[in-house]
Amino acid sequence: MKTPEMIEKEAEDILKTLPETPTAKERAAIPHIDMPVQDPHERIHNMNEVALGYTENEAIVEASRCLQCRNKPCVAGCPVGIDIPAFIHKITEKDYSGALSVIQESSLLPSICGRVCPQENQCQKFCTVGKMLKDVDKAVGIGRLERFVADHEADHVTIPAIAPATGKRVAVVGSGPASIACAADVRRAGHAVTVFEALHKMGGVLSYGIPEFRLPKRLVDKEIDKLAAMGIDFERNVLVGRTRTIQELMDEDGYDAVFVGTGAGLPKFMGIPGEDLVSVFSANEYLTRSNLMKAYDADHSFTPYFHSRRVAVFGGGNVAMDAARTALRLGAETVDIIYRRSREEMPARKEEIEHAVEEGCNLRLLQQPVEILGDENGLVKGVVIRKCELGEPDASGRRSPVEIPDSDFTVDYDTVIVSIGNASNPLIKKTTPGIETNRRGNFIVNEETCETSIKGVYAGGDIVLGAATVILAMGQGRKAAAAINEYLKEKHD
Amino acid sequence: MYRIIRKEQLSPEVFRMEIEAPMIARERKAGQFVIVQKGGDFNERIPLTIADADAEKGTISIVFQRVGASTFLLAELNEGDAIENVLGPLGTPTHIENYGRVVCVGGGIGVAPLFPIAQAMKVAGNDVSVIIGARNKDLIIEEDKMREIDPDLTIVTDDGSYGEKGVVTVPLERMLKEGNVDHVVAIGPAIMMKFCTKTAADYDIPITVSLNSIMIDGTGMCGGCRVDIGGEMKFVCVDGPEFDGHAVNWDNLMMRQRTYKAQEKEDNDSCRGGICSKLGFVK
Repeated sequence: MKTPEMIEKEAEDILKTLPETPTAKERAAIPHIDMPVQDPHERIHNMNEVALGYTENEAIVEASRCLQCRNKPCVAGCPVGIDIPAFIHKITEKDYSGALSVIQESSLLPSICGRVCPQENQCQKFCTVGKMLKDVDKAVGIGRLERFVADHEADHVTIPAIAPATGKRVAVVGSGPASIACAADVRRAGHAVTVFEALHKMGGVLSYGIPEFRLPKRLVDKEIDKLAAMGIDFERNVLVGRTRTIQELMDEDGYDAVFVGTGAGLPKFMGIPGEDLVSVFSANEYLTRSNLMKAYDADHSFTPYFHSRRVAVFGGGNVAMDAARTALRLGAETVDIIYRRSREEMPARKEEIEHAVEEGCNLRLLQQPVEILGDENGLVKGVVIRKCELGEPDASGRRSPVEIPDSDFTVDYDTVIVSIGNASNPLIKKTTPGIETNRRGNFIVNEETCETSIKGVYAGGDIVLGAATVILAMGQGRKAAAAINEYLKEKHD
Repeated sequence: MYRIIRKEQLSPEVFRMEIEAPMIARERKAGQFVIVQKGGDFNERIPLTIADADAEKGTISIVFQRVGASTFLLAELNEGDAIENVLGPLGTPTHIENYGRVVCVGGGIGVAPLFPIAQAMKVAGNDVSVIIGARNKDLIIEEDKMREIDPDLTIVTDDGSYGEKGVVTVPLERMLKEGNVDHVVAIGPAIMMKFCTKTAADYDIPITVSLNSIMIDGTGMCGGCRVDIGGEMKFVCVDGPEFDGHAVNWDNLMMRQRTYKAQEKEDNDSCRGGICSKLGFVK
């Protein structure tokens, strides 16, 4: 593995030989620049960010690899449509504030999206350079460059212009990525916006779910401060459905429109024996304790975490990786990630799986937990695991796991973290008569406008999509905001 | 911010606080609770039942016993101070109907959450009998308020320092034996609710209990509070806190309550010793 110093030296050497205006061929020949990261042996003992971010030299070299395609295939892959070649070109000119302005036309959260977007499935998937080199990992590092710009310009953030006050009011329910994106765009159109959040901190999954070592919380706080500076009001400790209902917000509190961005926060369990044992946790609980309640900082936090030695994590998504890597940092000696398909089918980002493995997490692939065993104190003592093989592709196109009969074996563990996905929280559905949902409890919306079955009520993000990604949620938030702005233009007119 | 407008010490370890929270005061119903976080990055979120509310004044009351670091720090706050975060009302409200004769049993601090339920049962036309119990006389709270509901209420203490000597199941069984009880409500420590349930089962009488499992968010997003109700997994914060006592897996609940016992003891000792090292707080 290359150290940060080696990567910087490489970038310096390339810069020296790089012509003033390289030809397309010369650009394509520049090797892609690795992301400098903390040493795996050191980083499992701290909560600091793993990926250290590009230096200026590294960013310029990586930006020089962009061919500035006329048809911009990368932009089509970005759910919020950032003008990617334009901001990358500005990096090569060292005009970083110009680069940030280009990004901010489409996204208010570059420091976050640059870090947590699955770029290999979005912008970078369509990158011409990656296609040419027949390797998506060698596409231009768009996410890393977006992050570089955001971090470099962190102290020079400009507050977007706000249109004159319209006198209309919009309630935004939830403060995760979908809501943040929606609130910003609605506010820009001059409407008064109040964001209602149930927890005591803003940011949704950015605050409670994604760990500090992937997304430092100071960045989330900073983005929220920016929204507050735009004049958006934040109300914490309001659980819509209990403290107020959607109907009350509209009929009694005088909001002209409502956006619901409450996410998919209901943890799924497997339904196998032993899940009610003491040291079995949902990944949501495990991560909420560590991230939101800062249990990892045991010298200061009053929220305890369970002291584990041998941890089993059930599942293969990003949340499973986050939980496994958190467990290591909280002192676990061994962490096994148990996943019923093979590594190719794991829904987690490739980079996150690699990071987890580098840190010492052990992948148990094609294995399925069937029972959790406990001792007389209710503590986990082991997991009965059944081997699987891959069968035919299912409806989603992934090959489904088939259990192998008589293949059960038992492994000793003292902790289990269940991370097999989240469903939508049923509370708003239960307390909002007339809202239409599908059988999974997700809101049914008009695809063009994100409007629900109730006039003036819009929804976006995981409450519509099921557990998806930060940037898809933001894309829906923006779409809903555009529709809300349209709707409010006509309302009362 | 939620301002404390009145603070009362009900017993050496039990406090009542009346807090400004207009929206919660207006919406809350019997059986519901709030999650309180004192403020700052490091304080934990703890569930406390809404013991009373005044919609006109816009206040709610919480009653809590100093049992650990967080309740200790909460008790350090005074009138005029503010609590940064109070979320509520949470949980499914108590199912209130006219059963006929209802016996309400409260143990220790559980008497506080029992009050709004007993009150609502009475308003619904029930003949309400109240039993309250505690380890000793000092820990008996809310006697006067409960007497408004049942002037003939029964008091028991473990050590006999006040009322009858013994445990709440003795007068409960006596009443059940009389034969005209239609419903029992029991709130208190899990062990007390478990034995009330056993007693009610002997007489085949339905019993409602209010479970007190470990919680973090209180909104259904983590499952930390999950309990086994008749073989089904339920979340106390959204499906409860009240359940049919006969369906509760009590041993599992009590086991899960002890998850963090060692760490909690450490924090509690450091606070009570006057040195809250975590906050740099010295009493």
